[in-house]
Amino acid sequence: MLTTRVIPCLDVEDGRVVKGTRFKQIRDAGDPVELARAYNNQGADEIIFLDIGATYRSQKTMVDVVEKVSRCVFVPLTVGGGIRTIADMRQLLAAGADKVSICSAALNDPTLLSRGADVFGSQCIALSVDAKKTGDSWNCYVKGGREDTGIDALEWASEGERLGAGEILLNSIDKDGTQSGYDLELTQRVIARINIPVIASGGAGNLDQIVDAVLIGKADAVLLASLLHYGTYTVSDIKQYMTKKGVHVR
Amino acid sequence: MIGIVDYGAGNLHSVQKAFAFLGKDSSILQHPSEINGLDRLVLPGVGSFGHAMTEIRNQGWHAPLLDWLAAERPFLGICLGMQLLFESSDESPGQEGFSIMAGDCRKFTINKVPQIGWNDICITRRNALFEGIENGDFFYFVHSYRVSPDDRDVIWAETTYGGAYPSIVGRGRVIGVQFHPEKSGDTGLRLLKNWVERC
Repeated sequence: MLTTRVIPCLDVEDGRVVKGTRFKQIRDAGDPVELARAYNNQGADEIIFLDIGATYRSQKTMVDVVEKVSRCVFVPLTVGGGIRTIADMRQLLAAGADKVSICSAALNDPTLLSRGADVFGSQCIALSVDAKKTGDSWNCYVKGGREDTGIDALEWASEGERLGAGEILLNSIDKDGTQSGYDLELTQRVIARINIPVIASGGAGNLDQIVDAVLIGKADAVLLASLLHYGTYTVSDIKQYMTKKGVHVR
Repeated sequence: MIGIVDYGAGNLHSVQKAFAFLGKDSSILQHPSEINGLDRLVLPGVGSFGHAMTEIRNQGWHAPLLDWLAAERPFLGICLGMQLLFESSDESPGQEGFSIMAGDCRKFTINKVPQIGWNDICITRRNALFEGIENGDFFYFVHSYRVSPDDRDVIWAETTYGGAYPSIVGRGRVIGVQFHPEKSGDTGLRLLKNWVERC
């Protein structure tokens, strides 16, 4: 039976992991290779690297990061942040990424999704949707949640599926960093509209909230950042709890 | 020496990196003539059934691969590379596969499509490929179509996604796996190692 995925997300800038990381077993907390290996050993189902530098230099170093990690970590690797062209995608996929996550570039040019899916297959293309509640609905935001595009997030997710995205990485801007739980209503509403997997992101603060994202939100996968990076829980702690609550995990 | 067939589709480097990690030499083959002298072949593949078969034909891979398969030389088809062993696919009507195994490929009709993630296998025909691998072990899957063999004897393992379907097929030394062993952690590496050393 297909299991719910637990996915650590690492923020990387100029080749270094920038969010605080407190693992005892890690010698260099900023080394993406060591961290990816540690999460792999804990049972991470995939690993996402987000390039938050989004400068030319930071992008180049991300290619090196992927190249190195993929030599020793054999689970799917996704890379997001600043990907704008088919050439960007090709470079990362050739270096060892299995998927690329596209956010603002797809809003500027939706054909990037269909062109990417045509060249590499839908399974390589994840659409990242940064959604923020605006009145009774959610809008897509760009620039790290600072700029409202005025585009309805639910409609955009559904359009993304039509254009060829293989999954949706759904970030709640409202919940991100609050540790107050995933946006369950947003997750449910998006999942009701599309037939591709949805990764819930933003807001995980405790184990019950993670279980809720799956059992109530119906998410296919959960993305975790601070909760893991600060060493509050390991991936295996989280999976043990999920199993106890009836969520099927690897 | 292991050859990884490159007909222009898919990320072959992951497979090569997994072999390298296991200490096994492999090379990516860009031309059919490079097949000579190899012990084992891997046919990876993403993209569509029809596009893959068209490229395989256009680049001159069809005849040498068919000879290899007909002689039942050591072969591992991964994901689409497994589906191509069959006669046809709903994905690309009118396109013929290698037809080494009778049957076709059908789209999942229930649940989300594609299936993305870790799913477990139930071994139906235990052999050397499964050394150290148990029922309930997980592998990483990404696919929208599944094979439907006419002859159930070729099914070595099954997986459930809205019903049971074949996740490993084999006949002699020709093997196909629907999941990505190169992305399936330690269990996937174990399967690749078994394939090189025991199959």
